[in-house]
Amino acid sequence: MIDNQRLVEEIGGHFGEKVRQFEENFGLLAFAVSPEDLTEVVAFLKDHAVLKFSFLTDITGVHFPDNEGAEFCSVYMLHSWENRIRVRIKVFLPKESPVVPSLTPLFKGANWMEREAFDFYGIIYSGHPNLKRILNMDDMDYHPMRKEYALEDPTREDKIDDLFGR
Amino acid sequence: MTENNTLVARTQEEALALNVPLQEENNYTTLNLGPTHPATHGIFQNILTMDGERIVSSEMTVGYIHRAFEKIAERRPFYQITTLTDRMNYCSSPINNMGWHMTVEKLLEVTVPKRAQYIRVIMMELARISDHLICSSIMGVDTGAFSGFLYVMQEREKIYEIYEEMCGARLTTNMGRIGGMERDLSPTAIKKIKDLVYNSLPKVFAEFEELFDRNRIFRDRTIGVGAVSREMAMTYGFTGPNLRAAGIDYDVRVMEPYSSYEDFEFDIPVGHNGDTYDRYKVRNAEVWESIKIVRQAIENLPEGPYHADENHYYLPPKQAVYQNMEALIYHFKIVMGEIDAPVGEVYHAVEGGNGELGFYLISDGGRAPFRLHFRRPCFIYYQAFGELIKGGTVSDAVPIMSSLNVIAGELDA
Repeated sequence: MIDNQRLVEEIGGHFGEKVRQFEENFGLLAFAVSPEDLTEVVAFLKDHAVLKFSFLTDITGVHFPDNEGAEFCSVYMLHSWENRIRVRIKVFLPKESPVVPSLTPLFKGANWMEREAFDFYGIIYSGHPNLKRILNMDDMDYHPMRKEYALEDPTREDKIDDLFGR
Repeated sequence: MTENNTLVARTQEEALALNVPLQEENNYTTLNLGPTHPATHGIFQNILTMDGERIVSSEMTVGYIHRAFEKIAERRPFYQITTLTDRMNYCSSPINNMGWHMTVEKLLEVTVPKRAQYIRVIMMELARISDHLICSSIMGVDTGAFSGFLYVMQEREKIYEIYEEMCGARLTTNMGRIGGMERDLSPTAIKKIKDLVYNSLPKVFAEFEELFDRNRIFRDRTIGVGAVSREMAMTYGFTGPNLRAAGIDYDVRVMEPYSSYEDFEFDIPVGHNGDTYDRYKVRNAEVWESIKIVRQAIENLPEGPYHADENHYYLPPKQAVYQNMEALIYHFKIVMGEIDAPVGEVYHAVEGGNGELGFYLISDGGRAPFRLHFRRPCFIYYQAFGELIKGGTVSDAVPIMSSLNVIAGELDA
């Protein structure tokens, strides 16, 4: 039976300083890696004889505007069906160059997930075969899920946040 | 005539492989399957490059009904997000609703009473039945058999009547609340559920299966068409019936039981070849398993409250709001969305009609999520469609698409 403790030992033991910020949220282990180490870490988890994280559940982006030097985060969710355990990998990226290697060589399903994260956050997945917008129209010139784009029209005066408890 | 002269290279790769010049003038035609085409059952476009009847390559264009749910969710209090989840897989909205409620309950660390969990299981399984009924019967329509569709429509109508009994709505249900159910199962609802799972549905569904299972035309159109191997299913992120048709018994209900699924006895049907016929068979087998689960749940329905004692998120009864100061305050705070959620990062997955429906929620302690991402199974597996139809004919592409059960609302969020 593999638990999070064992995972931390396996991953930490193999990669040492490269993996960091281990945390457990509601039983799900998460850690951060640098963009240059991502492919190596995911390939290690995927091909490991015991861990067998052979299923990529999801890739998504997150924008932390206040997190200076690491404004963007590309989140990867891997699942090991045989061990019934999930893991979350985070790659923090600076807003000047949000570039992270694509996982399409490892998982074909990463293709559209990465296109979605690119579409909404502008995270560049280097090596992606077809990195273009997927849900928004092609001639859009911004990445709408970034926090600087308010959902409501900021010039409207009848929707002041204070009046709505926000 | 040397052999070399007969070789014709129509793509750059073929030209390199065969070492002959690329033949620029080919007879390829471009065919738009969609955005509005009867076979797409929704709005998404497939641009097919055809060599006569054969599909050479295809490009899928999605996003025609993108409604920015993830962005809208960042502005809404938690209970208002339920209505967004309705509109994803609208063939089985209660599963989406309850998946979202369970995600929030996980964040709040609320335990839902057994009775509410069982009612949820009943509703989710009915939703799964209605989802699979539509998918399987639409496959019949797409291969030229309309009557099966009408037979099961009647049963879906009965399921929708049960929804109405539970929440007043039919399609976009907004069923249940954070912390439990909005209302208890009424005697009418129990009667209707029992009638459905014991009398009408098994009869009609057995008849439906007889129409198709051994139908020569249906089998010829589906067996061996659009086969997905296990490896391909895994690398493309398939989940749900489409994955199980390929022979992998992954089911979130069993892998990570939620809402008391561990209490019920049911099997996970799997297929062998992962072709269109297997996907159809797996869905049908799942309908029988869902009937089994609903029967067990309705027979063993525990007594007790139908919602948790969670007054920060669960709306108090209307009567209490008029008579009780505390209830009035909570009512106001909930409706105005003034309640701050705890800080946390949650991922919760449920087995939706199409596969693993995941909710990835980051809460920064505000009234609305900091980030909410929906893992939509359709969106992830639909990217394999291009590879599945390559080399086939258009008449193969249509049943493949309907057997994948691509719901445009879920695809585009």
